[in-house]
Amino acid sequence: MNLNIFIQHFINALSLGSLYGLVAVGYTMVYGILRLINFAHGDIFMLGAYFVYFATIVYKLPWAVGVVTAIILTTICGLLVDRIAYRPLREAPRISALISAIGVSFFIENFAVVVFTGMPRPVVQPPILMKPIELSGGVRLIPLGILVPVVSFVLVGCLLWLLYRTKPGLAMRAISFDIETTRMMGVSVNKIIALAFGLGSALAAVAGIMWALRYPRVEPFMGMTPGIKAFIAAVFGGIGSVPGAMIGGLILGFVEIMSVAFFPTLSGYKDAFAFLLLILILLFRPTGLLGEKLEDKI
Amino acid sequence: MRKFLAALMLVMMFCTIASADDGVIKVGIFNCLTGQNAFGGQLELEGTQLAHTLYPEILGRKVELVIVDNKSDKVEAANAVTRLIENDKVNAIIGTYGSSLAMAGGEVAEKAGIPVIGTSCTNPLVTEGKKYYFRACFIDPFQGAGAATYAFRNLGLKRAATLVDMSNDYSVGLGKFFRDSYKKMGGEVVASLFYQTGDTDFTAQLTALIEAQPDIVFLPAYFAEGAIVLKQAKELGATFRFIGADAMDNPEIVTLGGDAVEGFMHTTFAYDPSMPEMNDTAKAFTEAWNKVHPDKAPNVNCALGYDCYIMLKDAIERAGSAEPEKIRDALETTKGLPTVTGMTTINATHDAEKDMGIVEIRNGKKTFAGIVVPEV
Repeated sequence: MNLNIFIQHFINALSLGSLYGLVAVGYTMVYGILRLINFAHGDIFMLGAYFVYFATIVYKLPWAVGVVTAIILTTICGLLVDRIAYRPLREAPRISALISAIGVSFFIENFAVVVFTGMPRPVVQPPILMKPIELSGGVRLIPLGILVPVVSFVLVGCLLWLLYRTKPGLAMRAISFDIETTRMMGVSVNKIIALAFGLGSALAAVAGIMWALRYPRVEPFMGMTPGIKAFIAAVFGGIGSVPGAMIGGLILGFVEIMSVAFFPTLSGYKDAFAFLLLILILLFRPTGLLGEKLEDKI
Repeated sequence: MRKFLAALMLVMMFCTIASADDGVIKVGIFNCLTGQNAFGGQLELEGTQLAHTLYPEILGRKVELVIVDNKSDKVEAANAVTRLIENDKVNAIIGTYGSSLAMAGGEVAEKAGIPVIGTSCTNPLVTEGKKYYFRACFIDPFQGAGAATYAFRNLGLKRAATLVDMSNDYSVGLGKFFRDSYKKMGGEVVASLFYQTGDTDFTAQLTALIEAQPDIVFLPAYFAEGAIVLKQAKELGATFRFIGADAMDNPEIVTLGGDAVEGFMHTTFAYDPSMPEMNDTAKAFTEAWNKVHPDKAPNVNCALGYDCYIMLKDAIERAGSAEPEKIRDALETTKGLPTVTGMTTINATHDAEKDMGIVEIRNGKKTFAGIVVPEV
């Protein structure tokens, strides 16, 4: 492998890894606050991509307007999911909420198959984001490949600011610590949790839109694989930790791409390599790379 | 009251006895109407339904289509066939898109002794050792060899590579047959890369392919994945050409792939609405289709769905009976039957022997590039 080919692989890995990271951030944020693994995250992500398809291709809105509309609509869907499927289970054992999340996931997927049909749909790719830039030695970079990591990092920055520098952020961290005490302090717990879900869904929408731009095809099951991969990235980085999710996503992207790059004949085992690494890391660091230490609360 | 009930029951008994003689012929359809492969299954179903509206009666008996969805899932496929046989008591079955689904369903039909005609399941294992499974399509070795022959002989390309979905029997089989045939003719296979169903990022594999510098890459993918592969290849500046197989045959490939699919070729059954010279059955089919579906063009899946029904009709007429066993015997002796996708003859392994077409996408339109005789 010459240097140029390696640089090309590196660019590919950065683009894929930051996409995984972006999906993983939404997962980890909801988990960090509620201790709920929101299995419907990948499906909210799919809804975001579909809303962009409808806004830009079916209703022919300008691209930027379509994206904003899609983010708003997806956020509303996320809030509805919380209100209908999670809020009534707030006092129930954690496993009930988890099962409810899996139920929501199946519901959204199958609902989408019926409403949108299984036919994959195209997505408008703004030419300005797609025109390849040729670097020296035949290495190619599309502007979207730079945009995705930039958007991911900016969003992570905003999220960290929100969590650590604002009052609602303080309330969210308090909820993750102890819901009952937070409620006694006069915080409107349901509103703050709804805010967290809204944010998580907006993040999923952004990720879904970026994903649909990079891989221009939307279909009802498009959230499944990215959802699972991002969940793994989140666990990998330490579930609950926002920077951890980003790092986890990047590592997953790099392992997948580089395993194909260095062992092309074993390219079918790409996922096996990635998951083997996950198992190894978890064996040595059970809480993930940046995960908080587990403390037994008795 | 009791007398009335008894009389009613007697009447009902007579009705059932009567219907056993000259009642409806039940044809089960098991295909993927939801799930990952729904796009193909839906088109095939529409093809079969079109044939049914044109020929609603066989041997003067009404034909009823019983439709079940196998949800693109192997377990569901077996359940769907069980339901057709046990609950609906069908005489014969048509289906399905997707070889792994056909294999799962085929086991059940084989045990029950109900004949099945496969639409577009092209893996050899579907009918291998099966007494009751037939198909309207040719098989993967034939298709893989066809793509290899076209690339090597017609286009004169000497270096090939394959990019295969390793979690899909259809794709793995085709990739192997392509490599075997290409090497036999004297070509060089410079790389064989893999991906998995559900993958959307192919940049790593494509960059590795660019490094290997083939002239042509064989891509036995489904069209939704294939279109994304072609898009990414264009973004990465790949200069080699791509050739695929019949699963790439879907009008949507151009919508999904845009200008990235320009120049892409695939093997297919010898039917396409753009064909310059159509046989009479194909003409009749195209006309009828355009009347029922004025908003969309027919494709090969629609044609195969249609052909299955024609084959079944022919078999029942020759057998003079709709008994599953007799239909089976008649299907086995199908010879030179005019169907939409050419003359159909069922061979010893229950596969259809027919011509193979090559389609190329030119100016955003599927263009019939020619017929090839594969060197297996």
